[in-house]
Amino acid sequence: MSNQSRIRLERVTKRWGATTAVDEISFDVTPGQFVILLGPSGCGKSTTLRMIAGLEEASNGRIHIGERDVTRLPPGDRGLSMVFQSYALFPHLSVADNIVFGLRSRKVPKAEQRERLAKVAELVDLTDYLNRKPAQLSGGQRQRVALARSVISEHPICLMDEPLSNLDARLRSDMRREIKALQSRLNMTVIYVTHDQVEAMSMGDRVILMQHGKIVQDGTPDELYNRPASAFAASFIGSPAMNLLPLVAGENGAVIEGEPSTPVAPLDAVGGHLGIRPEDIELRIAPGSGVPANVLSEEYLGADTIAYVAVGSHTLRVRLSGKQALTGQPCSLYWTSQNTHLFDAEGLRRDDLTPTPLPSSSRSIPRPPAVGSFQH
Amino acid sequence: MSFTNHRKMQLYGALLLLPAAVLLTTFAYLPTVTTVINSLFLPGFRGAPTEFVGLENYQVLFDDPTFWKVARNNLIYAVGTIPTSIALALGMALFVNGKLRGRCFVRMAYFTPTILPMIAAANIWMFFYAPQIGLFNKLLGMLGFSGVNWLGDPSVALSSVIVMSVWKEAGFFMIFYLAALQSMPPELKEAADLEGTSRWSFFWRVTFPLLMPTTLFVLINALINSVRVVDHLFILTKGGPNNATNLLLYYVYENAFSFFDRTTAATITVVILLVLAVVATLKFTILDRRTHYQ
Repeated sequence: MSNQSRIRLERVTKRWGATTAVDEISFDVTPGQFVILLGPSGCGKSTTLRMIAGLEEASNGRIHIGERDVTRLPPGDRGLSMVFQSYALFPHLSVADNIVFGLRSRKVPKAEQRERLAKVAELVDLTDYLNRKPAQLSGGQRQRVALARSVISEHPICLMDEPLSNLDARLRSDMRREIKALQSRLNMTVIYVTHDQVEAMSMGDRVILMQHGKIVQDGTPDELYNRPASAFAASFIGSPAMNLLPLVAGENGAVIEGEPSTPVAPLDAVGGHLGIRPEDIELRIAPGSGVPANVLSEEYLGADTIAYVAVGSHTLRVRLSGKQALTGQPCSLYWTSQNTHLFDAEGLRRDDLTPTPLPSSSRSIPRPPAVGSFQH
Repeated sequence: MSFTNHRKMQLYGALLLLPAAVLLTTFAYLPTVTTVINSLFLPGFRGAPTEFVGLENYQVLFDDPTFWKVARNNLIYAVGTIPTSIALALGMALFVNGKLRGRCFVRMAYFTPTILPMIAAANIWMFFYAPQIGLFNKLLGMLGFSGVNWLGDPSVALSSVIVMSVWKEAGFFMIFYLAALQSMPPELKEAADLEGTSRWSFFWRVTFPLLMPTTLFVLINALINSVRVVDHLFILTKGGPNNATNLLLYYVYENAFSFFDRTTAATITVVILLVLAVVATLKFTILDRRTHYQ
């Protein structure tokens, strides 16, 4: 793969008046990578994408594509295509004219246009719809037209701005796989903006998590799930979200607020948070050596049940497999120290401390083998 | 639904339609029918009963060279005002839709002629066109040209009226174009930009086709306006000199209220209505097929 589709951002900033939407962001996308820009709304991910596309001008910093500095180049000269959230199809043009719109702008010969159109229509399964107007298509088909329009340009880079958020849940999961398959088949470099962690985890080779215009964590989906860099990253990835418990000083170490009997971390961790994913907690009905708790209520989701459990003055979510009826029962909780995370008072991950191991645990309630499907 | 229930719903619907139907009948349909009837009769003189003459009134009208002159004037007026004011309106709308310093002020400035009452506007233009003290002749004089009798010279007068009408109309049509342009999603422009589409090409391939419904609407309005001209002729030229600026509706007005010839007025009115109906039908059937409605 040539270096043509390498994208490099150096301390890129976007300011509107007094507000800073994107704050000195740097990252480097290698050719063929599927990179996700993930974050809550207003975190600057779309602005970052639009700056790469050239639809928004960077206030500071440089953007390189391949060997070229494209920071001040108009969008058409950057050699990339883009899929918009609203699809941005031309309503008065047929599907075929929509797809070849860019080729006509670039004065590609008619014969070649037809050839490429036929190939791309086949690729995204639109051959039977070429004469229709966008209004006569379903949401998923419109999305395909938008994809086809970016694929036909044969630019090595494709930017996608929440392309699936206007589709219903079922279609979305189909399209996720389709886009991913298309990307690896055509070996495109994709930067994909989303606020949906499922899309991020399932599609990305690499996820860049953003908050307040800054990068919080930049890593593989695996790293984001298993080693969240901050409490924000921990709570953003995974569903239901990771339990974050404030730690206070106890007799033999840091304890969960309101539950002084079991030390869960060294004293140094006091003031920070202990993070445990709902799927990493084991719940045993019989009172035992674990953390004593009380089941408050449960939420049945089909494949599993989320139990809400009171520990000290806090409520934890625990994921249990199948249907469970435990409300009102006292129980004890167990977890292993490699599945827990410590965060300091600022919310940053602490790797210098290891959580105190709990007394041995054996599973009494079966857990699905790979809940948290992102775990390896 | 039971039969009586169905009848009730029908009555309910009819009642809802009633106010509009009464208004339209009183002020549009009845007068139209009366006009058509009037155009088929000759009034009786000195108490004699009116006489049915069939199409004789039309025969007389078509033999009248003044009518043909007025009709020709009106055609020139339509051809002179409609395309110019629409093109100007579109240009102004594109201009004030862009990023522009003092955009609101420019928009307001463009729209001002529309808010002005026609009579007031015509009076202002009287001062522009006046032979000795007028603005245009003053400006020409400063450049060393001799003045033109803008409204008095039969070969210039109609053009002077046309210029004023374009000035008055363009701002109004601009508002429709501006509204249409603002409802156009900005992503379309962005998607085209990413493919390096030039402004010119984007305008002809996307903007203009998407504005077609507006253009059609404006076109019909401009056509109707072009045969609705009375007030500025009343102020500026009174149809003169020698009918050089006389237009159809003003001619109707003259016949009805200056010459008290109601029959001729009614006949011309029916002719105007027929022509307008035919043109509007043609426009809608031909252009509609090429127009994309969202």
